[in-house]
Amino acid sequence: MSAATHVLEIDGLTLRLPRTARPVLDGVDLTVGASEIVALVGESGSGKSMTLRTALGLLPRQAAVGGSVRVAGEDVLTMTPARLRDLRAGTASMIFQDPRAAINPLRRLGDFLTESARINGGAGGERAVVRARHLLAAVGLTDRVLSQYPHELSGGMLQRIMIASALMNDPGLLLCDEPTTALDVTTQAEIVALLADLRNTFGTGMLFVTHDLGLAAAISDRVFVMYAGRIVEHGPAGSLFGAPRHPYTAALLDSTPRLEAPSERLAAIPGQPPDLRAPLSGCPFAARCAYAIERCRAERPEPENGVACHRAGELVLATVREGDRPRA
Amino acid sequence: MTAAALTRRPGLKHIRTRRNGLYLTCLAFVGLVVVVALIAPWLAPADPNATDLGAALTDPSPGHPLGADIAGRDTLSRLLLGSRTSLLGPLGIVAFSTVLGVVVGVTAGWRGGWIDTALSRSSELLLAFPGLLLAILFVALYGEGLLAPVVALSLAYLPFVSRLARSLTLSERQRPYLAAYRVQGFSGLSICVRHLIPNIAPVVLAQSTVNFGYALLDMAALSFLGLGVPPLTPDWGSMINAGQTALLQGKPLSAVLPCVLIVVTVVAFNVVGEHWADRVARRER
Amino acid sequence: MIAGFLTRRLAGLAATLVAASFLVFGALYLAPGSPETFLLAGRAANPEALAAIRAQYHLDDPFLIQYVKWLGQMVTGDLGQSVQYRSPVLGLIEARLPGTLLLIAMSALLVVLFGVGLGWISAVRGGATDSAVLVGTTVALGTPSFVAAIVLLWLFSVKLGWFPTIGGGQGLADMIYHLTLPSVALSLYWIGVLTRVTRTSMLDELGREHVEVARSRGIPERTVIRRHVLRNALGPISTMSGLTISGLVISTVLVESAFGLGGLGEFLARSVSVKDFPVVQAISLLIVALFVVVNLVVDLLYPLIDPRVGYGARGAR
Repeated sequence: MSAATHVLEIDGLTLRLPRTARPVLDGVDLTVGASEIVALVGESGSGKSMTLRTALGLLPRQAAVGGSVRVAGEDVLTMTPARLRDLRAGTASMIFQDPRAAINPLRRLGDFLTESARINGGAGGERAVVRARHLLAAVGLTDRVLSQYPHELSGGMLQRIMIASALMNDPGLLLCDEPTTALDVTTQAEIVALLADLRNTFGTGMLFVTHDLGLAAAISDRVFVMYAGRIVEHGPAGSLFGAPRHPYTAALLDSTPRLEAPSERLAAIPGQPPDLRAPLSGCPFAARCAYAIERCRAERPEPENGVACHRAGELVLATVREGDRPRA
Repeated sequence: MTAAALTRRPGLKHIRTRRNGLYLTCLAFVGLVVVVALIAPWLAPADPNATDLGAALTDPSPGHPLGADIAGRDTLSRLLLGSRTSLLGPLGIVAFSTVLGVVVGVTAGWRGGWIDTALSRSSELLLAFPGLLLAILFVALYGEGLLAPVVALSLAYLPFVSRLARSLTLSERQRPYLAAYRVQGFSGLSICVRHLIPNIAPVVLAQSTVNFGYALLDMAALSFLGLGVPPLTPDWGSMINAGQTALLQGKPLSAVLPCVLIVVTVVAFNVVGEHWADRVARRER
Repeated sequence: MIAGFLTRRLAGLAATLVAASFLVFGALYLAPGSPETFLLAGRAANPEALAAIRAQYHLDDPFLIQYVKWLGQMVTGDLGQSVQYRSPVLGLIEARLPGTLLLIAMSALLVVLFGVGLGWISAVRGGATDSAVLVGTTVALGTPSFVAAIVLLWLFSVKLGWFPTIGGGQGLADMIYHLTLPSVALSLYWIGVLTRVTRTSMLDELGREHVEVARSRGIPERTVIRRHVLRNALGPISTMSGLTISGLVISTVLVESAFGLGGLGEFLARSVSVKDFPVVQAISLLIVALFVVVNLVVDLLYPLIDPRVGYGARGAR
C-alpha cells in the first residue's frame, strides 16, 4: 500500500510524560487505509486512547513527542495551530466514549451539530442545517432533536448525534474512542451496525479503539494489539483472532467471556500491566508471560511480520478454549 | 449516604489553602492576637482613655510610639486594648450561634416532622434579614452597647450553623451505630448529647471558625457606625470612626492602623477556618 | 409550568414579606417601655404629639388590627411620619434614593466587570496571573467596605487630592465623580467574591470532557472559552451576582457614612442614632423586600441559564 491510500499513518510514535520512567507510547506504527476499519485493542492504560488522540493533535500538557502522525499525508505533530484546527474541523473527527459527558448539556443539539461547520466551514448556517438534517436521517433520528437539549435524549440517541456531528464535514478519517462502552448492550449493537453501515455509505476510514475483542472482531478489517505503549501484534482480523501469534493476544482472547460457552472458566491474565513509574527492559509482557525465557527479560523484541515476540517463530499457542474464538 | 456539605459564606468556599506556610503564619497570627488581647492591660504603655490635648494628633514619638488621636489618646494603647472588645464581640456571636444553632439543627434533624418544618422556615425567614440590618434594628430597639448587636448577629449567623447541623444529623441518623443505641433503649436526648453531637462537632466548629471572621467584620462595621461598643471603650471599629476626622486633616495613623489590623486579623481567621474546613471536608469523604 | 412556578414563588415571597413586616412592626413592642414613649424617644411629649403617634400607629386598636392597618398604610405608600424631621418618611426616602441607587448601580457594574473579568483571566491564564489574583482576592475578602473607604479616602482624596472627601454631588456627571471612590470601596469585597466564584466555576468547566470535545472539533480556543466554558459557568456566577446586589445594598450604610454621601444608607444609620424609629422601620422593610425580590429574580433566571433545571424542580430553597 502506498502512503496516498492511507488516511492515517503513524510512524514510530513515541510520547513521554513528565515524572514517568518509561514512554507512554513507545514506537507505535499503525496505518488506516481509506474506507478501512482498523481496531486498536488492549487493556486500559495501554495507551490506545492516547494514540487515537495524537491523530487530532490532542496531546497532554508537557508531553514530549517523537515520530510522525500523518493524516491524509500531512504530519499532525508539526502543524501550526491554525492548520490543526482545519484538520480537526474537516479531515478527521472523533467519537467519544460517553456522549453524555462529551456534549455540552446547556446548548441545543442543533447548535452542537452545526457549531464546527458554522465557525470553520465556509458553509453558512443554512447549509450546515441542511447537512445536519441529512446526517440525522442517516443515523436514524428525526429533525426534532435539533431543538432539543441533551438531557431530553437517551444515551444511544446522543451517541447517534455524536456520530452525525463527526460526519458533518465529511471527514476521511473517523476516530472512535470506545464509542459503545457507555451504552447498554442492545444499543451497542445498533451503534456498531450503524458505524459499519456509514463506512460503506461515506467511505470513511475508521480507527476503532476498544477493549472488547468481540466487538473488534465483528467490525474491523485489521486489528492492532497494544500493550504498555507498544504494538505487540497486528494483522487481518480473521487470522489474528483465529491464530494469535503473540502470547499476549492469546491471553487476551482467553480472558474474554463468550456467550456461546458461558460456563467455561475464564483465564485471567496473571499479574498487573507494567507501572509507568518503573523503567522497562526487554519485552513488556515478559513478567506475565507463560512462555517467557531469559532473552525475553533482557532484550526488547522488534516487530517482525506483524508480531513483536522473540519466540513467535517457535510457539504454537494453544489457548484454553480452542475453537470458540470470535470470528471476523 | 450523602455527606453533608459545609455551608460556607459566599465566596469563601473557594479559598483553597494549599500552602501550609500560609496556614501556619495565619495560625500564629491568630494566636498572637489572642494572647495580646488577654494581656493587653499589662502591655499598654498608657491609659487608652487618658486625653492629653497637648499631644493631640502628634506623630509617633517616644511618649506615643504610634502617635495620638484627635483627643490626644495614645494610639498604641487603644489598639492593644481594642483587640479585647474587637475579639470579644465576635466570640460571643460565634458561641451563641454555635450552641443555639446546634440545638435547633439537631432537634430539627432528629425529630423531623412539624418541628423540622417550623424551625427550617424560621431559619429561612432570618436569612431574609441581612446580619447587619438585624443588628441595626436591635440597636434601634435596645440602644447602643455590646449586647444588642451580639444577640442580633448571633441570630443572623444561627441559620448557617443550624442548616449544617440539621443536614449532618440527618446523615448521621442513618448510621447503624445510632440505630443500635436506639434499639437498646437509650433516649433520643442522651444519644444526641453523648454520641451524635461529638461526632458532628468538628464540622460545626470549622463552620464557626469561618463565621468568626465575618462576625468580626460585622461588629467592627457597627462600631464604625457608632452603634457597636459604648463610646469610651477602645475598639478597632470605633477607632476608625474617631480617626476619620484626623485622617482628613492629614494624620492618618489613628484610623489606618486599626484598618490594617482588621484586615490582617480577618484574613488570618479566614485562612485558618478554611484550612480546617478543607481538612474536615477531606476526612468526610 | 412557568405560571405555576411563578404563583408558588410569588406566594412564598409574599409570605416572607408578611412575616418580615410583622417582625419589624412587632419590634415596637419588644423595645423597653411603652410604644409611644419609645417612638417619641424622650422628645418633649406634649399631648398633641402623643395623640399623633397613637393615631399613626393605631395604638388604641388591638395588636393585630394595629399591624394590619400599619401594613395597609405601608403598602399604599404611607410610610409614616419621621419623629425627627416631622415630615412624611416617604418624601425623606425619595429625596435620598437616587444617589443610593446610582451608587449601587455603579458598584454592581464594577463587580460584574472586574469579578467576571479577573476570574476569567485567572482561570484561563493560570500561573503567575492566577497566583496574583488569588492573593489579591484573599485580601479583598478580608477588607470590609468601610475599611476600604477609609484607605481610599486617605490615598486619593487627602494625599493625591483627586477626589472630593465628602458629599454626593449635584447633577449626574458630578454625582458620578463624587461616587467613584465610594463605589470602588463598596465593590472591592464583592469583586473578590465574584472573582473566586467565576474562577472556580470556569476551572470546573475547563476540566470537562465536552470542552475537550469542542477543541477536537476545531473550534478556536477563544470561542471554546466563551461558548462552552464561560457559558456553562454562568449558573454559579448569576447566583452569586444576586447575593452581591443584596450585599451591596446593606453595605451602603457603611460607605455612605464614611463618605458623607447623604444617601438612604447613611439616613438609616443616622436615624438609629437619633432613635427615629418610623424611618428605621420603613428603610428596613425596603431592604428586606429588595433582598427577597432579588432572590426571586435569580431563581427565575436560573432555568434560562441551565435548561436541565425546569421551573418547578427548584421549589422553595
